[in-house]
Parts: sequence; structure tokens; C-alpha cells
Amino acid sequence: MTAEAIQPVPTGARPLLTVEHLTMRFGGLVAIDDVSFSAGDGEITAIIGPNGAGKTTLFNCLTGFYKPTVGRLTLSTAQGTYLLEQMEGFRIAQQARVARTFQNIRLFPAMSVLENLIVAQHNKLMRASGYTLAGLFGLPRYRNAERQAVELARHWLERVGLIEQADWAAGNLPYGAQRRLEIARAMCTEPVLLCLDEPAAGLNPRESAELNELLLSIKSEQKIGLLLIEHDMSVVMGISDHIVVLDYGRKIADGTPHEVRNDPAVIRAYLGEEETEELPPEVAQDLTAQT
Amino acid sequence: MAAPAQTHAAAKPIELAPVFKEAAIAGGITFLLAIGLVGFKTIDAAGGLSYTTRFADVAWATVAVFFGRLAMALTRTGRPLVPLIGSVAVAVVLAFLLLMGEGGPGPYGVPLPFDDPVVNWIIVICAIGLAINAAVVIGRGQPGTAAAAERERAMDRLAAQIQYATRWIGPLIAAFAITLPFLPFADRQLVDIATLILMYVMLGWGLNIVVGLAGLLDLGYVAFYAVGAYSYALFATQFGLSFWLCLPIAGMLAASFGILLGFPVLRLRGDYLAIVTLGFGEMIRVILINWWWFTGGPNGIGSIPRPTFFGLPFDRRPEEGELAFHTFFGLDFSSSHRVIFLYYLILALALITNFFTLRIRKLPVGRAWEALREDEIACRALGINPTNTKLTAFAIGAMFAGFAGSFFATRQGFVSPESFTFIESAIILAIVVLGGMGSQVGVVLAALLLIGLPEFSRELEAYRMLAFGAGMVLIMIWRPRGLLAHRDPTIQLHHGRVGAKAHL
Repeated sequence: MTAEAIQPVPTGARPLLTVEHLTMRFGGLVAIDDVSFSAGDGEITAIIGPNGAGKTTLFNCLTGFYKPTVGRLTLSTAQGTYLLEQMEGFRIAQQARVARTFQNIRLFPAMSVLENLIVAQHNKLMRASGYTLAGLFGLPRYRNAERQAVELARHWLERVGLIEQADWAAGNLPYGAQRRLEIARAMCTEPVLLCLDEPAAGLNPRESAELNELLLSIKSEQKIGLLLIEHDMSVVMGISDHIVVLDYGRKIADGTPHEVRNDPAVIRAYLGEEETEELPPEVAQDLTAQT
Repeated sequence: MAAPAQTHAAAKPIELAPVFKEAAIAGGITFLLAIGLVGFKTIDAAGGLSYTTRFADVAWATVAVFFGRLAMALTRTGRPLVPLIGSVAVAVVLAFLLLMGEGGPGPYGVPLPFDDPVVNWIIVICAIGLAINAAVVIGRGQPGTAAAAERERAMDRLAAQIQYATRWIGPLIAAFAITLPFLPFADRQLVDIATLILMYVMLGWGLNIVVGLAGLLDLGYVAFYAVGAYSYALFATQFGLSFWLCLPIAGMLAASFGILLGFPVLRLRGDYLAIVTLGFGEMIRVILINWWWFTGGPNGIGSIPRPTFFGLPFDRRPEEGELAFHTFFGLDFSSSHRVIFLYYLILALALITNFFTLRIRKLPVGRAWEALREDEIACRALGINPTNTKLTAFAIGAMFAGFAGSFFATRQGFVSPESFTFIESAIILAIVVLGGMGSQVGVVLAALLLIGLPEFSRELEAYRMLAFGAGMVLIMIWRPRGLLAHRDPTIQLHHGRVGAKAHL
């Protein structure tokens, strides 16, 4: 395993994020075991795997909530190269511009929808307000910066269809709208890599299709990399350029959607060794299509 | 209007056993508590300490609680008519007897339940409360939780409207505060009380930054107040620095203490943070007591220079070669000049605190404080530095406490550790929580209630803490999030009347 070479991105894009030999141990539990992969710039990379495969742990390592036990996480952008495993949590978002959403939505519920998006632009506004001093005296520099921040927020509110609810308390939004707002908030940080932790969880089919569209348009317009944890195969197979499959903390497959769905190791992980009775419909479809 | 209530009662056949059981339990608990606390009273007898018994009072208390609870339970289960008649009867009869009699045993030889007229009046007030409760249920024709939820919503709407109205009420209050010392009814005592209230308003506004905006529960806020007071006291007595020079120094020192406290507690939240800040508050007080050569120990620091009007002292006979305030302006000497000056001083300081808070709420750092209160993990994922954000909240909150502390020292002319006990922190926190976390008007209202009312009703001195406790319990029942707990967004996309419609 350790001798395994770092594979290039299977689709041939320039790698934005390179994960090398990432291992995360919690005491005796190995949540991630020597995982290496890379995610291309301007691509959607999906990370899938059964429950407890270590997907969210991988995200937490990437975004600085956990310090990896072993491994190197390199983000190479036009601005420079960042070693994420050495950076403090909030600096990963601030400097390396990695944004994320959460599996259980984490908005600022008592604040308004617009305020959620303004808070996301904190660092930019903080500089414009001269670290509060210029803002305190109402200098025009800060007022202009705030106007621009509102315009960016308005842009994203229109994109996710929440412009009418801009002044609502975020906690009063329906569930699907909260998911979209969280994506809009992450986009307001102007990221180079957007990590989405199960964005389609709890959405109905129509909302799920809208989400696909949104993610595809973010990919094509913003030219950023997207990293996606998802259980909904219609989302994963529909929009990903590249899929990484984890099982029990190990990477078992890595490739384009077509390669992955035909990989025997993936089928085994999802369906078990011998049993072929309880197939999830998507996988069953794929299997019958194949044979 | 009684008809629906009766049909309601008729719909539920006689299920009185649980109601009586509930009342009996309440009465029993009262009896058990009262037998020890009320039943025996120590008195100074000739030969030493002795005691008397007050079993009649215990019996009356038990009876009163039993029937009060019975009335509440009946009203709640949809039988409000009997409680209404009963409580109105009790209130009228008791009030009549109280108004006729001059204390002691009632007129016409009717004995009153308690010897103390205040306690009797409390019974009357409780009976009126029960009557109103029953009348409301009859008026609505429905008891129970639906009405409570509706009341909650109505009160939220009211809070939102008040919050909205402060845009023009605020300046009116400020104008009233500015003209107060020259209004005809304003005597020296009133101005003095107003100064005291404003001190707590300022402290409340300062703590509001830490607790209301940043959501960091700080039980040791008085420590920064003490730092400010002692800095002024020491700088003024040891180095002869003037008040205006000491004010920023005291603020800066208090802010550095805020950062000093902030560092170790950065990882803590909620209850844990409260305990640590409580400990910090006590530490400062204990240091002030024990570091006697520096702080004067328990004796404190006396003869702190009184404030001067930009160098003009408020003395009747200024020192040789100096002008006093009254001679400079050609006025007759009056001791109220200083009182009025102090009033304006604290008014200015408080208004500065208010404007600062209102302003900073709309700045990135203020929004980051609120975001941190809402969800710290999400803040980190958005690249907000939680360490710096928390430290600025602690430092700025502490700075205002430092300013208030210097004012306290110059007003009293004397500081000692006794002024900075935990109860002060608790009162300031109570003002913030009672007013509604994060609400600026709420703090003013709560300071008026908690500081102003007891000052005006000194005759009821013995019942102050009782009223304080009862008020807190009522607030916890009716408005657990504070009187004016309503948050206005700091920025809006669609302009127009918010709050009332968008949030509810």
C-alpha cells in the first residue's frame, strides 16, 4: 500500500488538491488509513462509501477541524501552494480559501439570511473597515466595501432562489432552503475549493435535481474545484467527473464514474461478498445495464 | 361570555380529584417549608435568646396557597367561574378590611390573616392576579396552552414594535435625560438616583457586548469595574493625574485584564465559562483585600480627588489662587452643581457606550460576535478567527466597565473591595438578561426596574429582595428570553417595516 504511487487525476485536469498518505487515528481506531488521491481544478470530485467509511473525517482533516496523524494535504492554486495539514483551522478558509458545508446544517439561525452571507465575507470587510477603526467613523472605504458585499450576497441569493427571504431569520427557512443557503454562504467566501458534506441529504427529488444544476453551474462559471460527499447516487453519478470510494477508511477505488460503477471492489463494498438480494435500485440498474 | 366556559366544563364531567390533589400537594409543601421558616421566631428575651411560635401564620399561609393553587388548577382545567368569584371576593373583603383598619386586628373585630399589612396586601394582589387569569380564560372561552402560545406571540410582536419604535423613542429618552436636572420636580435626590441608574445602564450596555452579542456568559464582570475604579483611585492619589487622563488609562487597563482573562477561557463556553469568570471576579476581589500595601486592603483608598469641571473644582472655598466652578461662572455656591456635573458625566459616558455598541453591531467584528454566539464551528469554516473575535469582545466589554469604574471612584471619593462583590456582577447580569439579551432599550428598562424602583421605595426596604426574587420568577415564567428579546437584523435587503412581519 505505501509503495502506491500518487495517481494523477484520472480525467487529466490540473490537480487542485493532492492528498498523500492521509491517516487519521483516534486512539486505537483508524478512521482513515493511508488514503491518497487528487482532485482536479474545475472538476467535481465525489467521495462515496458506506456509512462510517471515513468520508466526513476526511473533510474534517481537509478543513482543519482535525489534525491528521500522518499525511500531506497540498492545495495548489494560482495564488500559491498551501500545506493544509500545517494550517490552523480558520486559516484554511481564510488564506487557502477552502470552504465547506456541514452534514447537519450549521447556519447562524437567529441572524438574517443576508447577514449569514455578509458574515461569510468577514475577512474582506474586516480589512476594508481598517480592523474596525475606519468602520467606526463611517469612512467611505468601508461603506463601499459593504455595498459590494451586499451585491455579492444578492447575486448568490438570486442564484439559490432566496432573494425574497433575504431578511428572514435563517432558522425560519425550510430545510431545503437552509441547505441552499449554506452553499451560498460558502460561495460568498469566494473559495477555490468547495467541500460539500451530503448537500442532497433530506432533499426531495425536485430539490435534488435543482441542486445538481446549481453545482454544475458553480463548476462551469466559477472554475473552482468541488469536493462532494454524497449518498444519493443520482447526484453522484449525474454530476461527478471523478469518484473516490472509501470503505473502512481505505480507498478501494478511484476513477471516472464509469470506471467506478464497474469496479468489483466497489460492488463488493456496497453489496457484500455473496449477497445479491438487497440491491439499492441505482446499483441494481447499473448491474443489469452492464450484463 | 360565561356560556362557552360552562359548556366546556359540562363537556368534562366531574374530574375534581386530581385538582384537589394538586392543591393539597402545594399546600402540604407550603406547610412543610413554613413550619420551620415561619413557625418559630427567635426573640431577644430578658435572660437571653428565646423564641415565639407563629403557628397561626403557618396555617394562614398553607390555607392561602391551597386555595390559590386550587383556583389556578380549576382555571386551567376550564372551570374559571368559581375561582373568579372566589378570588374577587377574597380581594374585595381583604382590601376593605385593610383600608378600614389601622393595622393590628381588623375593624369590627374581624382578625386579619397576618399581622403585617404588607403581607396582607400581597395576598390581595395575588387574588387580583388569579381573578384576572380566570377572567381572561372566561373571555377567551378556552384555557390552556393555546392561549399561552398566543400570548407569547403577542408579546413577541409587542417587543418587536417597541424595538422598532426606539428609533424615535431613543432620542426622546435621551432628550429627557439631558434636561432632567433642570425639570421642576428634579431635586438633588432624584438626580443622584438617576446617576446611579445610569451607572448600571452603562455597565449593562458594556456587559451586553460580551453576553448579549458575543454570547460569552461572564459572571465576573465586576472585576473589570474594580480594575477601573482602583486604577483611577491609585493614579489620582499617588501621581495626581486628572480624571480625564485617568479615564482612558483605566479603560485600557481594564481591557488588558479582559484579554488576560480571555486567553485561558477561550476554549470554554456556557456553564464552564461562567464558572471560570466567576472565579476570576472573586480572585480580583481577594487580591484587592490582601495586597494591602498597594490597594489599602480592606480599608480601601480614601480621599480620591473629586471631579473638576475641566480644572475648576466644585468647592465652596477653593485653594489659594484657584478659581472654583461657581466663582468662575459667577453663580452662588450650591452643592448640587457637583451632583449635576456627575450626572452629565455618566450620561455622556453611557451614551458613548450606546452609540459605540449600536455602531459596532453593524461592523464586521460585531457581526462576527453574533455569528460566534450562534455557531462557533461554522465561524471557523468561514475563516473567522475565533480567538481574536472573542478577545475583542472581552476587551471592549471590559473597557466600558473600566470607564464606569473610574466614574464610580470619582463619584464616591472612596473605593474598597466591598463594592465589588459577586452580587454586583449578578445584578449587572440580571439587568442584561431581564432586559433581553442584546437589547439596548431592554437594559435601560431593566436598570430602571432593578435599581430605580428599590431606590424610590426605600420604605419597603425589608421586602426588596422578596420583590426582586418574585419579579425574576415571573419573568422566567412569562418572558424567559427577557423583556424585550427581539433581534433586529443589522442590514436589510428589502427596506421597509421589518421585525413584526418578517420574523413572526
